[in-house]
Amino acid sequence: MKKALVPALALMMATPALAERGSDGDLRVLYWQAASVLNPYLSTGAKDVDPASMILEPLALVADDGSLIPVLAAEIPTIENGGIAEDFASVTWRLKPGLTWSDGTPVTAADVAFTAQYCMAPDFGCAVLAEFDGIETVEAVDDLTVRIRYAAPKYPPLQAFVGGRTPILQKAQFESCLGSAGASCTDQNFGPIGTGPFRVTSFEPGNVATYEANPHYRDPAKPAFARVTIKGGGDAMAAARAVLETGEFDFAWNLQLAPDVVAPMEAAGKGKLVGSFGSMVERIELNQTDPSPALGAERSTLAHPHPFLTDPAVRRALSMAIDRPILAELAYGPAGKPTCTIVPVPETFNSGRDECLTQDIAGARALLDQAGWLPGADGIREKDGVRLHLVFQTTVNPVRQDVQSLVKQWWSEIGVETDLKTIDGTVFFGGDAGNPDSRARFLADAQMFTDAFYLPDPASFLDEFVCNRVPDQGNQWQGNNSVRFCDPAFDAMMAQLNQTGLPRDRQRIAKDMTDMLTADGHVVLPLIHRGMISAHANSLAGVTPNGWEGSLWNIADWSRAE
Amino acid sequence: MTDPDRQHALDTAETVDATAAQAGAVPGLPPDEPHHAGETRSQWRDIWRQFRSHRGAMVALVLFVATILFVVVGPYLWTIDPTYVDIRARNSGFSAAHPLGTDQLGRDMLARLMAGGRVSIAVGLTAMIIAITLGSLIGVVSGYFRRLDAPLMRLTELFLALPLLPLLLLMVTLFREPLSQNFGPAMGTFILIVSAIGATSWMQAARIVRGDVLGLKEREFILAARSIGTPAHRMILRHVLPNVLSPIMVAATLGIATAIITESALSFLGLGFPPDFPTWGRLLYDAVDQMVMYPWRVILPGLFISLTVLCVNYIGDGLRDAMDPRIRGR
Repeated sequence: MKKALVPALALMMATPALAERGSDGDLRVLYWQAASVLNPYLSTGAKDVDPASMILEPLALVADDGSLIPVLAAEIPTIENGGIAEDFASVTWRLKPGLTWSDGTPVTAADVAFTAQYCMAPDFGCAVLAEFDGIETVEAVDDLTVRIRYAAPKYPPLQAFVGGRTPILQKAQFESCLGSAGASCTDQNFGPIGTGPFRVTSFEPGNVATYEANPHYRDPAKPAFARVTIKGGGDAMAAARAVLETGEFDFAWNLQLAPDVVAPMEAAGKGKLVGSFGSMVERIELNQTDPSPALGAERSTLAHPHPFLTDPAVRRALSMAIDRPILAELAYGPAGKPTCTIVPVPETFNSGRDECLTQDIAGARALLDQAGWLPGADGIREKDGVRLHLVFQTTVNPVRQDVQSLVKQWWSEIGVETDLKTIDGTVFFGGDAGNPDSRARFLADAQMFTDAFYLPDPASFLDEFVCNRVPDQGNQWQGNNSVRFCDPAFDAMMAQLNQTGLPRDRQRIAKDMTDMLTADGHVVLPLIHRGMISAHANSLAGVTPNGWEGSLWNIADWSRAE
Repeated sequence: MTDPDRQHALDTAETVDATAAQAGAVPGLPPDEPHHAGETRSQWRDIWRQFRSHRGAMVALVLFVATILFVVVGPYLWTIDPTYVDIRARNSGFSAAHPLGTDQLGRDMLARLMAGGRVSIAVGLTAMIIAITLGSLIGVVSGYFRRLDAPLMRLTELFLALPLLPLLLLMVTLFREPLSQNFGPAMGTFILIVSAIGATSWMQAARIVRGDVLGLKEREFILAARSIGTPAHRMILRHVLPNVLSPIMVAATLGIATAIITESALSFLGLGFPPDFPTWGRLLYDAVDQMVMYPWRVILPGLFISLTVLCVNYIGDGLRDAMDPRIRGR
């Protein structure tokens, strides 16, 4: 008996490629922020989108290098294969034949058309409505063909249904959830029927989600795991310990921890860290409007330009004083690289400017001297009675507080005085119009946070910096242009970008626009190109980082290696 | 003579009597202990004598004074700026240049402990004084005046039921900016935190004091004082308050500890002092992530917090014993 078992075991170990569906048992995943809903159309947080991405799939995913991988689509539409119309006004997607939902019914083009209708329904409040911007109609041409028509030529044309944030929903399940009924459809939002490698068996919002392998998944050999548990709660530190030190979990997500804290844990040998670098950039924004309390309700509005941050020399000096490589090394370690741009990926859109990577305190001092900002009695520079005094705010986070202290010191060395302020993260990123401490209200001179974009073409991201996106009383302080940058030349380039189809021209214009904000204009000071750090057990194989998609994007390919 | 007028005249006469009596009373009374006869004695001297015989309280007093000297005088002797970042010296251990080492950004721990202690002790003492003043006032008034008892106790319960954190969030949102403009960011935050902690921690003291006052009101000496027409304010100040001093003292010493801890919790949530402004609580929280590698960074501020709290508790204990005439002289 025993003799017969040994060769059998050896054979199994030697041929992991022949694994069949569900042969690797349980997978335990730890998300220290727990999912609250499994429908990405209701929440764009990674904590919700990632657990949903195991069930729901889009037509195509973005690969780490910025190219597109077909998922439910048979191929990526291009002009050559006729998928993208010559005038960029419509896109035709073809589905893979023979796809089924996890309840066994076939996937058709009507499901795709319905999903668009679902998100674009008035009074629904779709969380990713911006991805459907400009769409006039989505129609099912036949069972496997769906055509998206835009009201005007659309650049880039591939936007909706690309990436895990806009997956396809089953029409039969969600039909009764159109419009205002959408948020209250608890059964559907907590247990969507999908095409992905897993289907949900139980879901407790804010706590735990359990899954089992989808018996109707299109690849009969996948997924390797039979059951998956995603546990929420705790903090990044506890999550890192659970994977790297105690081995209770196989995978932990988003470990934003100081490098000297995680390095010894990794040395324990139970697991390792992987970083995926998407478009996340930690940046400092320099307010272009005057936040002085004396202005009352008109604080931080375009009516009152900032007394000294509108001076290009001051902004450039503030940027030159920062030692970005030191920040990356001290505060981020493997999770960050110093950068001089807010569009670090894809490579084709990165303008490649790197002069900001060298700190130049002496140069910054000389620049301020030349511009007429001379040190006063207390060493703080001033000109015409205006002192270089900044209020610098960010969210509560030990890493950010370390960066704040370092930046304050460097700025003090060039004669700029800084008061630090910290705000609770939920308040800072909160959208309430009456909230005085939000990122959009920006009642400070400088603020630091991380922003990102989700499609390889940065056009919709750069569009955040045009004049009419500046938050003000009129739009309830909801604009995305929190730095309050307003330059007609930039707006003109944005309009030009929206009419340009040729990739090379688009890249050139986008690079020039990015440089206007960063390397030339120094309105936004990029600091760190941040990675999403996850930890996985050494026994887990197949984890591939992808900066554009969630950490669980290829969970169908994960398996247990011995 | 109308009734109020007569009452007023009586009051005045009583006040004059009391002042006169006080002046002559001490030498006139027979000495408690014949042993001390002949010495000039005052109540406070007696208290001090009794306090000195409490060994724990004396050790605590010495340590507390030493801590205060450390944080007040220390920065004049050890002149390194507690916020100066020296990246090359980061995470260094105990050395001549940095006797207590440096933190993850190379800031000197000794200087930070001194600067942090100033803030923490100041916050603890001030918040405690506010809470105790408010608490004793409300406790005495509600215990003494039957008519005000119910409304004041309902108010106390209301405050006890208030969720502290949302309330503090609201206070910070509303008042942080006006206060920092008028008093500077550090002083503005100090006022905000001290009043926030004071305004949310007086309830225990008020309840304890009220209970004691209620019991005291039925005692014979109060009855005697009332029968000679002692007015309410005089009753409270001369007869009631001195007799509830010991529970107030105990509540006060516990209050200091709570205030220091609450301040650190607030800093941790970003509602407290600016992040580059060291306090003991913040030093502790900052070091928690690196606790395994650099345990001293947690132990030192923790030690200072516990030592201060313990000292204050012991001093309170000694004071209570010394102020209680039944224990005094034993």
